Amino acid sequence: MALLEIKDLQTQFFTSAGTVKAVDGVSYTVEQGETVAVVGESGSGKSVTAMSIMRLIPWPPGKIVGGSINFDGQDLLTLTDDEMRNIRGRDIGMIFQEPMTSLNPVLSIGLQLMEPMIAHLGMSEADAMKKAVGLLGLVGISEPERRLAQYPHHLSGGMRQRVVIAMALACDPKLIIADEPTTALDVTIQAQILELMKNLTRDLGVAMIIITHNLGVVARYADRVNVMYAGRIIESGIATDIYHRPRHPYTLALLKSVPRMDRQRAAKLDPVDGQPPELTKLDDGCSFRPRCRFATDVCAKSFPPLEEIEPGHTSACFEKENLAKEVKDVIG
Amino acid sequence: MSEVAPNIREANKRESVTGSSKGFDEVLVDVKNLKMHFPVTDGVFIPKVVAHVKAVDGVSFQVYRGETLGVVGESGCGKTTTGRCILQLEKPTEGEIIFYGEDITKYSPKEMIDVRKKIQVIFQDPYSSLNPRMKVGDIIAEPMHVHGIITDPVERRTRVHYLLNVCGLATAFADRYPHEMSGGQRQRVGIARALAMNPEFIICDEAVSALDVSIQAQVINLLEDLRDEFDLTYLFISHDLSVVRHICHRVAVMYLGNLVELADGDELFENPMHPYTKLLLDAVPIPDPEIEKTRAHAVIKGEIPSPINPPSGCVFHPRCPKMVDSCTKDIPQLREVKPGHWVACSEV
Repeated sequence: MALLEIKDLQTQFFTSAGTVKAVDGVSYTVEQGETVAVVGESGSGKSVTAMSIMRLIPWPPGKIVGGSINFDGQDLLTLTDDEMRNIRGRDIGMIFQEPMTSLNPVLSIGLQLMEPMIAHLGMSEADAMKKAVGLLGLVGISEPERRLAQYPHHLSGGMRQRVVIAMALACDPKLIIADEPTTALDVTIQAQILELMKNLTRDLGVAMIIITHNLGVVARYADRVNVMYAGRIIESGIATDIYHRPRHPYTLALLKSVPRMDRQRAAKLDPVDGQPPELTKLDDGCSFRPRCRFATDVCAKSFPPLEEIEPGHTSACFEKENLAKEVKDVIG
Repeated sequence: MSEVAPNIREANKRESVTGSSKGFDEVLVDVKNLKMHFPVTDGVFIPKVVAHVKAVDGVSFQVYRGETLGVVGESGCGKTTTGRCILQLEKPTEGEIIFYGEDITKYSPKEMIDVRKKIQVIFQDPYSSLNPRMKVGDIIAEPMHVHGIITDPVERRTRVHYLLNVCGLATAFADRYPHEMSGGQRQRVGIARALAMNPEFIICDEAVSALDVSIQAQVINLLEDLRDEFDLTYLFISHDLSVVRHICHRVAVMYLGNLVELADGDELFENPMHPYTKLLLDAVPIPDPEIEKTRAHAVIKGEIPSPINPPSGCVFHPRCPKMVDSCTKDIPQLREVKPGHWVACSEV
C-alpha cells in the first residue's frame, strides 16, 4: 500500500472576488522511500496541495471541501486537530522555502531542534540535546555543540536551510514535504542542499514530495513527476517519460520555453502565449485551452480526464494522440 | 492573447539573426580597475569606520557595441554593485568607467544627465520598480518629460503607445495602474520605460529572474528582438546561468568582488577553465533526467567568505580543489589563455 494516497482533493478559497478553486480534484500517491516532484508555475496549486496534506490551510478564507488524504492507513482529513498535531513534525516533516521566516528568530537553534523531539517522542532534554547534536552533524554543520546555543541570525541562508532539514528529520518522519526548498538559495548552495536531501532520504528510506518550479531540479532528483496547471494535475509519470515524451501541450510548452545551459546560444525560445487563467473565472472546459495550439471544440465542453497512455504515464488531454504524432521526442 | 501584440508575435517566430559574437569591435563602455568598498561603521552618535566591505575589488572589462555581456555569480559577488557603479548610482572608490572617451566617474551630477539618457536600467522586481500611484502611461512618459525630450503631451502620448506596442502590450494599458497587471506585463512596462530615452546601453539587473518559466521565455524573446531592432547593447546581470547561456554573446564570471573568467558564451560553457566556473556550471541542473544521470554532481565545499575580510592571495583558494601553496599569497591576474578567453588562475 502506498504511504500517501491523495484522492480527488479539493481546496477552495472563498474571497470577495469569488471562489478560487486552488486545488481542483488532485489525486496522486507517494510510495515508501520515493521522491515525487510536483512542478508548476505560480498559482498552479502545488503549494496549496502540500498545505492541505498538512492541514495548514487557514480558515477563513481557505477550506478543504472534498477528497481524502490517506497517510499510513488513516485519512488525515477525518482526524481531530489534536490528532493532526501529533502527525505534523513527527510522521510528516516539512521544509519551507524561506529559511529566514521558517525559523523563530528569538529561539536558539538547539531549542527549536529539540522541541519536536521533546513534544512528540517524550525525550528528556539531555537525550534530545544529544540527538540534536547528531542531527546537525548529519546535515553537515560544523561544530554542532556550539551551534545549539546560536540564533538563526548567526547563520547564513544555506546553514539555516540545513537546520530546517535537521528539524524535519528530528522525529524520524516517514514523509518529508519540501516546498521550494532551494529557491531562495544560490546555485552552488542549492546543489549542496539537494545532494544532502537526496542522500538522507535514500539512506534513511524517507519518502519526499518536492515542490518546485525548477525543471532542472526535478530532472536531477525526482523519481516521478506531477505537472500541475490551474489547480489540477495535467500530466504524471516517471521523470524520463515526462521530459522525453511529454503528452500534454502544457508540459511540452514548459520544456520548450526553458533556456538550457547545455544548448548553444541559438534560435528563439518557444514560449506559450498569454498568461495562466484567473482561478475565479474557470469554466467547465480545459483550463489550458486558450493558450493551447492543439485545442479543438471538444476542449471547451468538459475538462479532459487524466488517462493512462502507457504504464505509469497519464495525461489529461483530449488531443494527446495528435500531440504524440507531432512530437516524437522533444529532447532528441 | 491580448497581452502580446501581433507584430511582436510575428517577430518572436523569426529566427534570431545575431548568431555570432564576431564583428563586435567598437568598445562602448570600458571599465578599468573598478573598486567599490563600502564602509562599515560602528557607534551611534560618532560613527567610526571599522572596516570595509569590498563589494567590487578591481574589476576590468569592456562592453562592445551591439553585444550582450553577461555577468554571472552568486549573491554577494559584486555583480549588481558593478552595474550600479556604471550607472553612477554608487560613487566607485577607485577606477575608471570610460563612456564615449570620457571617464564618467569624474562627472558632476549635472554632467551625468546626458549620460543617463544613453544608459538605462531594467530592475529585477517589477513590483517595486514601478510607482504604484502612477498610471502606466505616465510611468513610461516620465523620463521623456524629465529630460525634456518630447514636450508636447500629445506627441508624448503617441510615443507611449508606440513603446507599449513594441513591448507587446496593448495601448489600453497606458491608463491602468501597475497593480492591475501581472508580473510579466509589469516587466514589459519596465522595459518600455527604459526604451523611452532611445538608449544605447541597457543594464538588465536580474531582469527576468522573478518571472515564471513561460512568462520568462516571452520576456527573453522580447529583449532579444529589441536588441536587434534598436541596436542595443546589454549588460545582462544574472545568477541564472541557463538564461545567460541563451542570451549572452560573452560572459564574465565574478566571485567575491573579482572577475575570475571572461570568454565568449559558448566557449565559457563548453570549455570552462577556472575551477570556480567549473564547479558553478556543475551545480546547475539541466532539465533532462537522462543527461543528469551521467553528470558529475561535484559540489563546492563550504560557503562564500565575508567580503569584509576576503582570503589572501586568490580569493577562491579556501574552497578550491586545485589549490597549491602559492595561491594563498599571490593574487592571480586575469590573462588571456586563448584568444578572447581570460582566466584569473595560476593553475590553468
